[in-house]
Amino acid sequence: MSAPPTDRQLIDFVVHEARLLDQQRLDDWLGLFAEDGHYWIPLEPGQTDPRLTTSLMYEDKLLLEIRIERLKGKATYSQSPRSRCHHVLQTPQVDARDDGKAHYVTWTPMHYVESRGDQQTLYAAWVTHHLTTVDGVLRIRLKRVDLINCDAALGSIQLFV
Amino acid sequence: MIGRYRGNRQALTALVRETEVHRDVYLDREVFELEMEQLFANTWVYVGHDSQVPRVGDYYATTIGNQPVVMVRDTPDSIKVLHNRCPHKGTRLTGEACGNTGRFFRCPYHAWTFRLDGSLAGVPLKSGYDGTGFADGVAARGMTPVRHVRNYRGFVFGKLNDAGPGFDEFFGESLSSIDNMVDRSPQGRLEVAGGALRYRHACNWKMLVDNLTDTCHPMIAHQSSAGTTVEVWKSAPPGAKKPMAVEIYAPFASPYEFFQGMGIRVWDNGHGHTGVAHSIHSDYSAVPGYFEQMVAAYGEARAKAILGEARHNTVYFPNVTVKGPIQLLRLFKPIAADETLVESWAFRLVGAPDTLLERTVMYNRLVNAPTSVVGHDDLEIYERAQAGLAGSGNEWVNIQRLYSADEAGRRNAVTDGTSEWQMRNQFRAWTKFMTMGL
Ligand code: FES
Ligand SMILES: [Fe+2]
Repeated sequence: MSAPPTDRQLIDFVVHEARLLDQQRLDDWLGLFAEDGHYWIPLEPGQTDPRLTTSLMYEDKLLLEIRIERLKGKATYSQSPRSRCHHVLQTPQVDARDDGKAHYVTWTPMHYVESRGDQQTLYAAWVTHHLTTVDGVLRIRLKRVDLINCDAALGSIQLFV
Repeated sequence: MIGRYRGNRQALTALVRETEVHRDVYLDREVFELEMEQLFANTWVYVGHDSQVPRVGDYYATTIGNQPVVMVRDTPDSIKVLHNRCPHKGTRLTGEACGNTGRFFRCPYHAWTFRLDGSLAGVPLKSGYDGTGFADGVAARGMTPVRHVRNYRGFVFGKLNDAGPGFDEFFGESLSSIDNMVDRSPQGRLEVAGGALRYRHACNWKMLVDNLTDTCHPMIAHQSSAGTTVEVWKSAPPGAKKPMAVEIYAPFASPYEFFQGMGIRVWDNGHGHTGVAHSIHSDYSAVPGYFEQMVAAYGEARAKAILGEARHNTVYFPNVTVKGPIQLLRLFKPIAADETLVESWAFRLVGAPDTLLERTVMYNRLVNAPTSVVGHDDLEIYERAQAGLAGSGNEWVNIQRLYSADEAGRRNAVTDGTSEWQMRNQFRAWTKFMTMGL
């Protein structure tokens, strides 16, 4: 068993994850998730249940893979022209760490911009990463994205915050 | 351009032909205003569900067409729908979308108060109105009620005008779709649950309504989402149980024959539904324990009949649709000729296992959310249509598929699932209610 990750490594992981999204290296990005990992954008502020309350997104690796494959597809008309995205992160803070259980939680306020054609939309979010290590490598158990306006009437978000 | 359509029955009627509609029904601002004044006033428009206001004083603020209204539980057994403005200076009386207002609505501007039926309860410094004839004016009557309100098995509808048909005549046999959704609860009761999704669309509201019975688009427009799902699932390990999400996405990629065979039923006044024989909701996995509950509640034959319905989208003209088998309601709120707010509401079947609500909530998220890939597929088409219609080389939208000249006179008919008859049916109703009284 390798040494537990340092705070610095946790922070670098979160920053790297956003970079993969900005560069649309989505297969690499999906590889950051543990097999049972989830990506979650709650619908309600402070939402605790993803099962019986709906969400903007609550996706396991299979659904994320479908999404990523769809973005590559030729018949994906909503990606013609393609969207681009841009993340601006505050320095992630390590909120919790449990080396025994390999459980780490970081908190990262961010601005997210998605653009397509002549349109550009700005979102603000607090992002919580629940990380673990698999064979000594950091992996995402849960990436939770709390948009400040999660309960507003929104337009399309086609990429990943 | 102003005045081309207002008060002009002939010009309005000319917008809808037997098999074509003029682009102005989607683009023209004056036509949109007339829709708000005529179509959304002469028809029964969905307001909300009574489970949103369970206790006296509970309210829910929404719109009928473009008019702000508030639905309120005024007594334990009754619900009122009031125009949501203060009779003094017009201030909207609610801030939150829903809540409990106690025994009164209290205006935040000068503190006039109103009972839950809208009547004026109090005015500060009232003596200032002595001798002014105030009591005889409209302000003294308080918040104006919507005069025609009907709560049908929990679904509250309102009609603004006195003109237009009564509730039962307007909906006729189409109420069977609401019945079927409610009957799916072993207790015969639904509750709004799981959160409502709100998705902004830069297109005319009717593009969404037209799309509800457009069964020639899923295999094309949703190839990207449903087709990809089918492809990705092919590489699942052999024998793996098909996840709920794949059961939900995959049928959108069904071939034409599937949609032809599913059938469309057409009712009077613009109502209709897809999925007479089967639908994309037919093959969901059984939820353990649910059928037994239904048999205990209704007996086996009736339970089977209730659950055997696969109605896909039921259009309640003008702007709401229900999906009985998955307990969802979508409301297309018109904002402007080229702007629509789509609300998607989920229901709990009271007394049924949670897994059913879980599926409803998942369907809503996967298909109706602003982040939904199926939603992205559809919205892209609507927005391109809204843009393309600006071209005046051809001013007509074609709705001719499987047209027959004698169809307008046929009632409660069932037809090929790929027919555009229901779209024609909607536009016949559109003309009827747009020109009513002109
Ligand atoms: S505007 Fe409501 S009390 Fe004056
Ligand atoms: Fe669609």
